Amino acid sequence: MGWFSKLLVPDREKSKVPQGLWEKCPGCQRVIYKKDLEKNLWVCAQCGYHFKISARDRINSIVEPGSFVELFSDVGSLDPLEFVDTEKYCERYKKSRDKSKMNDACITGSAMIGKNKAALGVMDFYFMGGSMGSALGEKITLITEYATQNRLPLIIVSTSGGARMQEGIFSLMQMAKTSAALAVHAKAGLMFISVLVDPTTGGVTASYSMLGDIIIAEPNALICFAGPRVIEQTIRQKLPEGFQRSEFLLKHGIIDMVVPRAEMHDKLMFILDFINSNQRTDE
Amino acid sequence: MAENIQTNLINLEEKLNEIDSQINKFKQISSDEGIKLNEVVEILERKKLQLLDELDAWQKTLIARHKDRPLASDYINSVFTGFTALCGDRHIMDDHAIISGMAYLEGRPVVVVAQDKGRTTEEKVLRNFGMPHPEGYRKAMRVMKFAEKFNRPIITFIDTPGAYPGIEAEERGQALAIAENLRDMSQLAVPVLAVVLGEGGSGGALALSVADRILMLKYSIYSVISPEGCASILFRDAGKAPLAAAALKLTADDLYKFKIIDQIINEPSGGAHRDPKSTIENVKAALISNLDELCKKDKNELVKGRYKKFREMGVFCSFES
Repeated sequence: MGWFSKLLVPDREKSKVPQGLWEKCPGCQRVIYKKDLEKNLWVCAQCGYHFKISARDRINSIVEPGSFVELFSDVGSLDPLEFVDTEKYCERYKKSRDKSKMNDACITGSAMIGKNKAALGVMDFYFMGGSMGSALGEKITLITEYATQNRLPLIIVSTSGGARMQEGIFSLMQMAKTSAALAVHAKAGLMFISVLVDPTTGGVTASYSMLGDIIIAEPNALICFAGPRVIEQTIRQKLPEGFQRSEFLLKHGIIDMVVPRAEMHDKLMFILDFINSNQRTDE
Repeated sequence: MAENIQTNLINLEEKLNEIDSQINKFKQISSDEGIKLNEVVEILERKKLQLLDELDAWQKTLIARHKDRPLASDYINSVFTGFTALCGDRHIMDDHAIISGMAYLEGRPVVVVAQDKGRTTEEKVLRNFGMPHPEGYRKAMRVMKFAEKFNRPIITFIDTPGAYPGIEAEERGQALAIAENLRDMSQLAVPVLAVVLGEGGSGGALALSVADRILMLKYSIYSVISPEGCASILFRDAGKAPLAAAALKLTADDLYKFKIIDQIINEPSGGAHRDPKSTIENVKAALISNLDELCKKDKNELVKGRYKKFREMGVFCSFES
């Protein structure tokens, strides 16, 4: 496992007992029947804790059933730096690929939300901590350009530990590449909704994630540029309770709204209905 | 460990100084006594080059951060005339980690936006060690839009450990400020030229570097994360920074090979601090020649070219399904 394994500790992946029927909530420590959790979109009915979910589960929770068409699924990572830390990057990547049956940390495509067609990019934290390398940056750029060409609104659900260090400068440049693509999408008068889920940090936050016309976060998600540990080390102070959580960002005027998972589909549909009804008056 | 790492460079500098003094001595003898000592001098010069050829990524990192390395303010004072600062983000404050303003480059009006770490302790505190807050990035963008409005080319100087990681910075949207710069710089309808002078620290450097041309000084670095940060996360030991520096491929040579940057500006052997004057001349010449070319292009061509430049960055593959 990589550096991001620490972030995964309290969640599904780690606490999953093979074929287990029960799951412990990291929020309130209650033991919950797994079928109930699944029905509740992996949100604790008692305390509202939002478990991390895979990109596939996320897509199912926000689009109309059967409407998702995957695009650009073939794009995958290379190892231009031939990077080795405690493990070779190419091997680490291969393991993630084998385990997740994905080629990188996001799924892109188009789907219907209510009566609205939208382009969609959904990140997956289980794939190398949702880190952004060339492949991920390329997919986000491709889906943004697809949205521009087809005059579609774009929704990106972000969750990321930041840039993929193993791809060095190439990963950094994805921030510029994706942001430039969004500039063109915005110039065409099209809507971009950015949805932030726990955790969204580093280079992903400091690029496309913050460029939404509307920015929505799930409750209590960690959303930051510099991680809490880095800040604590820099300023040598304990950070206040709730710092860098969704509600904190809402209070400080950085995001538009905090929306629980169960209401996300309806909220997205409302926004898309709203902009599409505007477009009709234009015609 | 950190001390050992630092002495690495001090040893090198001592060796270089020794060779330099020998070279000077022989040259002196040669001219005083009228003896031809060219061969000895050549051997010493070769030895010096050999030493410098062997500089690893970590040594270059230390040179990039050297306390006597010329700072953006040194270039601003020597390369341009009539520099007049433009201050403030018009909302919160004037962030001194970024210096921006109007200036003339050999008579050509340009807008300069630069990161500066400060040299004295007082300056370092004032400039927050070159780590901008969101206000710094917003001031930079405001001044760049000013340049666009009045059709002046933009020159940015990059030298930062990174954007400041602090409570207020997060509260006021550090990530947002960087992201907006990335987006808006990509659309600027004037030439944008970025020069990495010392440390190109991650998103904090990128936020001033979405340029038509990116130049790097020979011993500057540009990286997604500092070697120390990378070492502590991936190698689980901050002392392995030299190893991480090599793995990250963050030198000007590496980035030129990767086609991320367009040009390497030469520095005197051993680093700009050994001869600031010649480095400043080299930077000036590079700025002039690049601006001469960029200023010939029309606005659409510039914006399209810049988009294409960043669009092509990345190395990935296609898995057949």
